[in-house]
Amino acid sequence: MVTGAVARPTAADVWAVAATVTDPEIPVLTIEDLGVLRSVEVGDDGAVRVALTPTYSGCPALDAMRDDVLLALTHAGFDDVTVDLVLAPAWTTDWMTEAGKEKLRRYGIQAPTGKAAARDAGPVRVQLAVKCPRCDSLNTRELARFGSTSCKALYECRDCLEPFDYFKVL
Amino acid sequence: MSEQTHGDVTVDRVELAEELAGAGLTGTGSTASPDAAEYALRLGDDALVLAQRLGMWITRAPELEEDVALGNIGLDLIGHARSLLHYAGTATGRTEDDLAYWRDEPEWRNAWLFEQPNGDFAHTIARQLVASAYLFELYGDLADSTDPTLAAIAAKAVKEVDYHRDHAVQWTLRLAGGTDESRRRMIVAIADTWPYVDELFEDDELVERLEASGVAVRPSSLRERFDAAIDAVFDEARLERPTGRTAFIAAGRGRHGGHTEHLGPLLAEMQVLARQHPGASW
Repeated sequence: MVTGAVARPTAADVWAVAATVTDPEIPVLTIEDLGVLRSVEVGDDGAVRVALTPTYSGCPALDAMRDDVLLALTHAGFDDVTVDLVLAPAWTTDWMTEAGKEKLRRYGIQAPTGKAAARDAGPVRVQLAVKCPRCDSLNTRELARFGSTSCKALYECRDCLEPFDYFKVL
Repeated sequence: MSEQTHGDVTVDRVELAEELAGAGLTGTGSTASPDAAEYALRLGDDALVLAQRLGMWITRAPELEEDVALGNIGLDLIGHARSLLHYAGTATGRTEDDLAYWRDEPEWRNAWLFEQPNGDFAHTIARQLVASAYLFELYGDLADSTDPTLAAIAAKAVKEVDYHRDHAVQWTLRLAGGTDESRRRMIVAIADTWPYVDELFEDDELVERLEASGVAVRPSSLRERFDAAIDAVFDEARLERPTGRTAFIAAGRGRHGGHTEHLGPLLAEMQVLARQHPGASW
């Protein structure tokens, strides 16, 4: 697509396209909401480099996200695209956007409660109560620390009696 | 060159396998020195062998939630193994798959603890308790390695291992404080697991060389913190750490390619598909 008539794309143009890619496991979240989309560069020759970071080391969704970013950028007319996977600095749930957390709750998954950074603050770790995404009750309990994917735990609300997923702090 | 970063973080590239990084794509990953590669192989083999063991629990765990938990823990470990084996392979031009599927027993560098059979659920929990308490201390320190690739992998892994450790601690407390039968099994499991603890904390020449340049963590330096963490759990569970000369200690030659009879069958199962159908993909 990028013809002589079109100005050379900026990193912001590329970012806007890559940011439309969603998490295959949680389709309401984009990779931008998740904080998985880390950086975009456009070289002088128009070569595009996108950096993604995995949420969990073994997360199988990362392969799909990488393919989807390639596909989205190719469709948008970028023909020289490289997607790098970066580990440092390590991804944390603190990077999830507020908009993303709100989308998660509306989808029925409670967003991370508290900051990962705070977990290193003292010798005693305090698990904050996890709010039910349906009825906002704090009267909930953990059924299983490891849920349907690495990033989620399974909870149950003792007021509305519904089970729900909770995106763990990492 | 224009650039847009996410927040104010700077990005330190770690190139993963070509398969993971995208077919036909090339990157500018770091190349491991021969010593660093050998060290990464040890850590990667520990993770991969333990992941294979944990995967064997899927559909066999005492409850559905444990199928999921042990499977998820194994998945994290496979993630660590992929990064570590990929890095190890850069020294000799081998891929993570070459290293996982095409090495025979004497070429594996995992410690004996990780290849021990699952046993009953208590044995798996005892192994998980030791493994995750050790890995938590190791990766916590390795995150400050002067080798940026190892530091990046460790900084990522330590946060996941923290959850693994918590899982093992919770189950140790539940089994030890549960029924007479669950307590009996937990005590037997700890006695059976303890001979394999010492090997994890042995220093050798490779580690001495790498530690001098800040690349590796000296295993013996982790022992005190490991013991303190285990003692805290055992105090709460009213269990005792097997100590003294009455406790049998295994010879533990895993870091140099000597293994127990349990590794061979594990590798056979893990490698059979790749060896029967070389280059197969799906």
